[in-house]
Amino acid sequence: MLRATEAAPQAPENPARLFAALGDENRLRLVDQLCEGGPMSASRLTSGLSISRQAVTKHLLRLEGAGLVRSRRRGRERLWQIEPPRLDEAQRYLEMISAQWDTAIERLRGFVEG
Amino acid sequence: MTTDRIEKKTLLRAPLDRVWQAIADSSQFGEWFCLRADGPFVAGEKLRCTIVPTDDDSELAGEHNEYAGVEFDVWVEEILPKRRLSFRWIPYSVDEDADPENELTTLVTFELEEQADGVLLTITESGFDQIPVERRAKAFSANDEGWTHQIHNIEIYVARD
Repeated sequence: MLRATEAAPQAPENPARLFAALGDENRLRLVDQLCEGGPMSASRLTSGLSISRQAVTKHLLRLEGAGLVRSRRRGRERLWQIEPPRLDEAQRYLEMISAQWDTAIERLRGFVEG
Repeated sequence: MTTDRIEKKTLLRAPLDRVWQAIADSSQFGEWFCLRADGPFVAGEKLRCTIVPTDDDSELAGEHNEYAGVEFDVWVEEILPKRRLSFRWIPYSVDEDADPENELTTLVTFELEEQADGVLLTITESGFDQIPVERRAKAFSANDEGWTHQIHNIEIYVARD
């Protein structure tokens, strides 16, 4: 039962892409920083990480491709920010997967206590 | 943030023998986990499991039943009677893109501890960090702790608007 609901109908579109985008330590940190600090430039994001600005930009573009962040120009700067609906979607999907263990445990409970 | 393991604890109000059999006897295991194993759990041995339909009528069951017939492997690691059983499997092995020969596995451990009013069962699944990025990305999703932190951040973010 656990491993069977991965492609459930209420799952977000292309969850593999969404989680692939999140499945990297640096990209997770970027998401963290943008969640905590609000919109900011790639330069400012770089200061919190031990990777180059080019690498940060590459990660941001990957996150953007998955719909997790978006950017807009402000003067000469490009500001990056979180795209909350997509993260909410990720959250729902995650809760669903995490619930699979709970479901299995409840079935086990019914089995041994019943 | 920890992305390597999930842990679930629950108190089952049943005798230790009963709980142990429900986990260590692969046919009993299959009854509540909705699979059919092609043999008993034996340390060091591999079992072929087939997902079987469930008769409960929940929404999850309907989705589950779409996977009836899908097969996956379980590698049994350790069996300590009435205390611990562990095995390895490929997380989300229903994924058709997964190549069973070259996939890394996670370790699933069931630990039993007898208490006055039942059995405390701890289920852990660990090793997600060793799974390659694309796979881990999916596996990561099952991690509670990492996401509690992440969700907290999202709440802070959303509350600020």
